[in-house]
Amino acid sequence: MSFFSEENRSLAREIIGRYPKRRSAMIPLLHVAQAQAGWVTEEAMVEIAELVDTTPAEVLGTCSFYEMFKREPVGKYLVNICATMSCALAGAAELMEHAEERLGVRAGGTTPDGLFTLASAECQAACTEAPCLQVNYRYRYRVDADGFDQLVDDLAGGALDDEIPPHGVTARVRQHIPADRAVGAVPPEAVNEPPVWMAAPAGNGAGSA
Amino acid sequence: MSDATAAEAAPSTVQVTINGIAVDAQPGELVIAAADRAGVHIPRFCYHERMSPVGMCRMCLVEIDTGRGPQLQPSCMVPVSPEMVVDTTSERTQRAQEGVLELLLINHPLDCPVCDKGGECPLQDQTMAYGPGESRFVEEKRHFQKPIPISDLVHLDRERCILCDRCTRFADEVAGDPLIDFTERGNETQVLTFPGEPFSSYFSGNTVQICPVGALTASPYRFKARPWDLVETESTCTTCAVGCRIAVQSSRNELVRYLGVDIDPVNHGWLCDKGRFAFGSVASPDRVTRPLQARTPSGTTSDIADAEPLRRFQPTDWASALGAVAAAVKAARPGAIAVLGGARGTNEDAYAWSKLARTVLRTDHVDAQLGDGLPAELTVGLPAATIDEACNADTTLLVCGDLREELPVLHLRLRGAARAGTTRLVEIAPTTTGLTRNAVRSEQCRGGEAASVLRNLLDGDDPLAGELASGSVVVVLGRSSVSESAEATAEVAAVISARVPHSRFLVAARRGNVRGALDMGLAPGMLPGRALSASPPRELAAAWGEPPGERGHDATGILAAAASGEIDVLFLLGADPLTDFPDSMLARLGVSGAGMVVAVDSFVSQSAAEADIVLPAAVFGEKSGTTTNLEGRVSAVGELVTAPGSARPDWMIAAELAVMCGGDLGFLSVDEITAEIGAVCATHASAIGPDLAADGVLASGAAFEPEFPPEHVAPARDAYGLRLVCSRKLYDGGVTVGQTPALESLAADTVMRVHPVDLERVGVESGTEVEVHSDRGALRLPIVADAGIARGNVVVLFPSPDIDVGALIDVTAPVTDVRIETRGGEASR
Ligand code: SF4
Ligand code: SF4
Ligand code: FES
Ligand code: FES
Repeated sequence: MSFFSEENRSLAREIIGRYPKRRSAMIPLLHVAQAQAGWVTEEAMVEIAELVDTTPAEVLGTCSFYEMFKREPVGKYLVNICATMSCALAGAAELMEHAEERLGVRAGGTTPDGLFTLASAECQAACTEAPCLQVNYRYRYRVDADGFDQLVDDLAGGALDDEIPPHGVTARVRQHIPADRAVGAVPPEAVNEPPVWMAAPAGNGAGSA
Repeated sequence: MSDATAAEAAPSTVQVTINGIAVDAQPGELVIAAADRAGVHIPRFCYHERMSPVGMCRMCLVEIDTGRGPQLQPSCMVPVSPEMVVDTTSERTQRAQEGVLELLLINHPLDCPVCDKGGECPLQDQTMAYGPGESRFVEEKRHFQKPIPISDLVHLDRERCILCDRCTRFADEVAGDPLIDFTERGNETQVLTFPGEPFSSYFSGNTVQICPVGALTASPYRFKARPWDLVETESTCTTCAVGCRIAVQSSRNELVRYLGVDIDPVNHGWLCDKGRFAFGSVASPDRVTRPLQARTPSGTTSDIADAEPLRRFQPTDWASALGAVAAAVKAARPGAIAVLGGARGTNEDAYAWSKLARTVLRTDHVDAQLGDGLPAELTVGLPAATIDEACNADTTLLVCGDLREELPVLHLRLRGAARAGTTRLVEIAPTTTGLTRNAVRSEQCRGGEAASVLRNLLDGDDPLAGELASGSVVVVLGRSSVSESAEATAEVAAVISARVPHSRFLVAARRGNVRGALDMGLAPGMLPGRALSASPPRELAAAWGEPPGERGHDATGILAAAASGEIDVLFLLGADPLTDFPDSMLARLGVSGAGMVVAVDSFVSQSAAEADIVLPAAVFGEKSGTTTNLEGRVSAVGELVTAPGSARPDWMIAAELAVMCGGDLGFLSVDEITAEIGAVCATHASAIGPDLAADGVLASGAAFEPEFPPEHVAPARDAYGLRLVCSRKLYDGGVTVGQTPALESLAADTVMRVHPVDLERVGVESGTEVEVHSDRGALRLPIVADAGIARGNVVVLFPSPDIDVGALIDVTAPVTDVRIETRGGEASR
């Protein structure tokens, strides 16, 4: 079996080691899985379940709660065009129509070459820069038809490779915490005192230091 | 009593007012629970008293005033606090209830007339009682594909689901099988399994029972009946020895559903799926409905059972069948009659047969166990613990088979206790078990060596010795494998009793009413009331007269005697030694060597197929009486449907046979037997009357102190071989599973499992078919790697639906060592 690459397997082990409970590593591992395949496959979920000692059903439950975990293949570039109020007023619908025509797919579809997935999105909190879109969650502001065509050309030609990694890659720089630097988080059941900032109950002088 | 004095008298309670009633609540108790106890019903969907609260549905909103003015709060999430004032009927509460229901019904289909839950549905009932009466919602409702199977037994109709989190919480918290979970989000949220991984929990049926709507349905009951057509009686499950309390329901004289009944000491409302769906076997077309008489005597041909078993028999009537049996009994030599079995019936059945054997047949060759239990004196005489005591002991020592497979609801109780921290589980077993994850310590051992492992721990400087010495200890003791002798398990009791004398025991009996049958004297040398025949209690001696002199044979002895022609009449009381007795060679020789074999059974089992006479027996649901669970708790079982044909309860057969043989057992009804048991058994004096319902009556004490076998060092093992361990699965090869359509397909496959390192030594791929040899015989079986098996063990299922594992076992040997041979003939090294 083994869905994870050798490298990601040891990364997974490192991530699991950061938490007092294995299960806490579930979401970070889903990110690793999505980075590896571009989407979260069933094999990945089964393997994560094994790694964090739970059932695939629980991994699916968590994974499917988050819209940014894709459970079907998406293109190398996921283009989310905002369709909410400010952008709508500033021409988001026209932009979407243009995008559909240019890419030859409807919103929600993926181009046959597997390069682009086009999607309609809710407000991306860049309303002052309407209409806006995101490519793999990297912003492009005040996009018009020409700007869109340019963006597509750049992406397809590799001109933006440095700026926009393929879908699923969250960050280029990964945090590594060697075991001797870990803070040693305490498992919840081992916590038996209130946090330091909480006043000790009245009549009980034994506050924690 | 004024409030002030009440608070003084019981400072550990919290005073609250609910709808103007003063209520003494427990500190930390939830408002909804306190209201329940005070008789005030607050509507709810997600709250369930046996699971942690989650506050999902908001149906339980009530006005709570803690001094800051009344506020709407979910009563299932708020613990009581002093001087809290709760109003469950206020104007604002009612508006909240109407609002919650109107919102729930936005998407819930109004298909009550075609919904299985209709008529007993909390959503339907609470909408009638607390709903707004009309909806303002005119839009299209959400649609999903109508019911999808989420396992072989459970169907899910997502349109009806109100997302209360009861099923998912149960699966995770109680069963420990989180195979269903909420998926997606918001309006799309739905309960689902992972693709290709069904909700195959042994406890899945409970989710159907606790679902507050008709979203979850069980395949055996779907569209079978409407609740208002059902007839119901309360009873006790006798499928295994836990004795869960159940409600048995029938429609038109057919059992259609069992529901768990919540009693504190035993099952907390839960059932396992085997117990819950076992009623399927009652209506099986294969039931024996008339007495059968063989055309050819038993043992004349050996391949009879292979061909159509029924062709050997011709139906007859009771008078001629019993007449033939009585003639054989009269002609039998003294001491040449034996009775095997009796653990599938009621206490009354067992008592009647015990009395028949001792007073009419004049034999002490009786045994309710089939060489697969503990010695009867230990089961009955060890200082007993209850399930509650096991759940609250400082240490609970598990030296038994996998409880999830053998005694499923006991497994749930212990798992819950370990999670709640009310006990610490320490396990000694030949494999990992369902409780290994919950145990603070899990020692693996080779089959048959638990006693020596324990001796080393307790005699050495291991901290366990101190922990056991200083706290309360309950030992769950059972045969973890029938391929090792009962003495190996008895020795565990000896080791513990000698070193930790305050230990109490919960004996993990292997069959439904074994405990009851032994309590009623269905074991050699034993008498009803947990007494020894050597010293019969006065009341019993008065009722029974002089017991037969010499101590009789146990199951192994009976079969050995039969094999050498010393048994003229062998009664099989629901017992099927050809399937269940560990040593299949001895079982075969015994059954074929007995003069006349009389099977009292509901099916033509393998053994009954070899009998001379088969007497049709009524089964659970068709007879009333009492049963005894592994704690020694006696509780009532109810009669609801009539037995097919002329099948009748075992006790009645005993009584009639007694008359045919010129005797008289002295009773004509079940109630008379129950009363006689109470009268002659000091242990059962209070086990009469209405107390037998609900929690039942704990029959306690024994008339003697058990003697322990001497401790001996574990048998030397064959250094090259592997130790055979016969484990059990819930869905085994027995008739309950085989004759229940809903469970039949779930029966486990037979493979041999070994530790991966041992498989490497054998030198074949996992899944290869190999030959396994013992001193007794050989078998061909696939072998697979399983890291949960202790090194040196090889684990096989017994009894197994299609493989004669007993061919490897010699019951007289202390353990069974085997060698594996691969196709090339190369032996395991
Ligand atoms: S299926 Fe039933 S029990 Fe499960 S969440 Fe839905 S309503 Fe609740
Ligand atoms: S645990 Fe035993 S008694 Fe309880 S429901 Fe299952 S089979 Fe019946
Ligand atoms: S409306 Fe488009 S970013 Fe907010
Ligand atoms: S019962 Fe309290 S929120 Fe559901």
